[in-house]
Amino acid sequence: MRNVGIIGVGQTDFVKTRTDVTYPELVREGALLALDDAGLTMNDIEAVVVPLAPDALIGIGNGERWLIESIGATGKPVMRVNNGGATGASAVEVAWTHIASGLFDVVLVAGADRVSESLSAQSVLNKMWDVAYERPYPQNTITMLAMSAMRYNHLYGSDERDMARVTVKNRRHASLNPHAHLRTIVTEEDVLESRMLSWPLKLGDLCPSSTGGAAMVLVSEEYAARLGKPVAWIRGLGQNTETIWMGDRVGPDVEGDHADADALKVAFQRAYAQAGLTDPKSQIDVAEIYAPFSSVEFHVIEAAGLCEKGEAPGLLAQGSFHLGSDGVVVNPSGGTQCTNPIAVTGTVRVIEAATQVLGRAGDRQVAGANVAIASAIGGDHQFYSTFVIANHLDPIGL
Amino acid sequence: MTTNAASTQPRFYEQTWDLSYRHALGSTVGVFLDGLKEGKILGRICPSCSRVLVPPRSYCDRCLVETGEWKQVANEGVIEMMTIVYEGFKGLPDPPYAIAYVLLDGASTALLGYVHGLDLTDMDAATKRLAIGNRVTVHFRSEPKGDVTDYWFEPAGSAGS
Repeated sequence: MRNVGIIGVGQTDFVKTRTDVTYPELVREGALLALDDAGLTMNDIEAVVVPLAPDALIGIGNGERWLIESIGATGKPVMRVNNGGATGASAVEVAWTHIASGLFDVVLVAGADRVSESLSAQSVLNKMWDVAYERPYPQNTITMLAMSAMRYNHLYGSDERDMARVTVKNRRHASLNPHAHLRTIVTEEDVLESRMLSWPLKLGDLCPSSTGGAAMVLVSEEYAARLGKPVAWIRGLGQNTETIWMGDRVGPDVEGDHADADALKVAFQRAYAQAGLTDPKSQIDVAEIYAPFSSVEFHVIEAAGLCEKGEAPGLLAQGSFHLGSDGVVVNPSGGTQCTNPIAVTGTVRVIEAATQVLGRAGDRQVAGANVAIASAIGGDHQFYSTFVIANHLDPIGL
Repeated sequence: MTTNAASTQPRFYEQTWDLSYRHALGSTVGVFLDGLKEGKILGRICPSCSRVLVPPRSYCDRCLVETGEWKQVANEGVIEMMTIVYEGFKGLPDPPYAIAYVLLDGASTALLGYVHGLDLTDMDAATKRLAIGNRVTVHFRSEPKGDVTDYWFEPAGSAGS
């Protein structure tokens, strides 16, 4: 397979609502930013991959049809990808496949979301569960992750203050990121005193419903050489899936506990193997990982191999994972917890990883970042996408 | 004529998707729902790994084979995970309510259901009563509706709903 690199990235400033543009116009904004960054035009693009999550979330039936003209995609191969919350990362994986296979040399990933236009988001998300056995209950993404959080706290002795520390870190990082949605610095007490939604998750533990566009231009090594610009290389990528049945993730025969993210760990290991990354703790500079709620960040950090199971809360309390700390910085952008435009949330994780290794992250730049990882999670904690991104093609760790 | 796009008022188009569906549930679910009318929780046994899948499914996702025998599991078990919801969401029930995954005695996997029979307004007391490992019993609607809400859980030893 051929090497594939990221040559241009673009993201709008994420906010709650945009009343000045339509959905296709928002996709166009992100696409133009990425094309400009790459020094290319729409005419240069050979194929387009559109990340777009469940239709009912934005109330548009097959929105990929509505946006193709806005990004100059008529007359070109277009593929829509939907993997729930992993959508935006899975779209990058499809674009990688397009190029690594030799079919295309330059591919655009472009999408947008306007989650706040739905007044029924959790009711829409409830519809993913089993029709007979689980959908009659008010299961949704908040209750599903509340149960994971209470189980994690039970198994590893962490608590709501540990969760609040995640929010405090991510909001501080987001305050340095002009694209982030929630940029106000908060304290542990602010989070602990916020409204209880689904015990133990409070408003201060959750992500916002964000609006904005994001895009990326991926190219083959040969094409990159012709452009002569700095490249963020996709050194490895992985995917894995997990059963929909949360009740199978507990009990005497459990294989992957709902407190943890063991299937995500496998996805990380697949990406690490492809990249030749052998020691995550010392070889990774930045981890831009999908964690929509505070509690999720702990088991994703552990699945990424940055520490052992149950260790993440204690390490965070000691100052690890913060911008400016020694070791791996986790979510320098502020992460999904501060900005969640569902369809492109995974794309933004990869954009941040690429931006960091290219040294273009401004006030939130991790000093000397050469190797970053990115990940996303979709469905009922079911679809996992992972990446290793580096600013070179040399062996990692040398 | 000069125009200024920036000064125009925001315009909106509001629409409600009033979509109706009638999902066929299949005969495996049908047997489970019939069992609820008789006060029974039924699981299906995987002939390969011997797991008792509750709720019952017609195939084992690990062994990739059809499940076979039915097995009635106990009407009591332990809480594996739960949450108490204090926020209302459009299209979902009014809060507060508790839902839990319960590992019934004799089952290999946990079953989702409401937890009734305790005061949820005292959050600290309620979350302690529904801690992981605490025992609950299964209760059944005297006039079944024919869906899974015909059963629910209550803390073991509580006075009833």
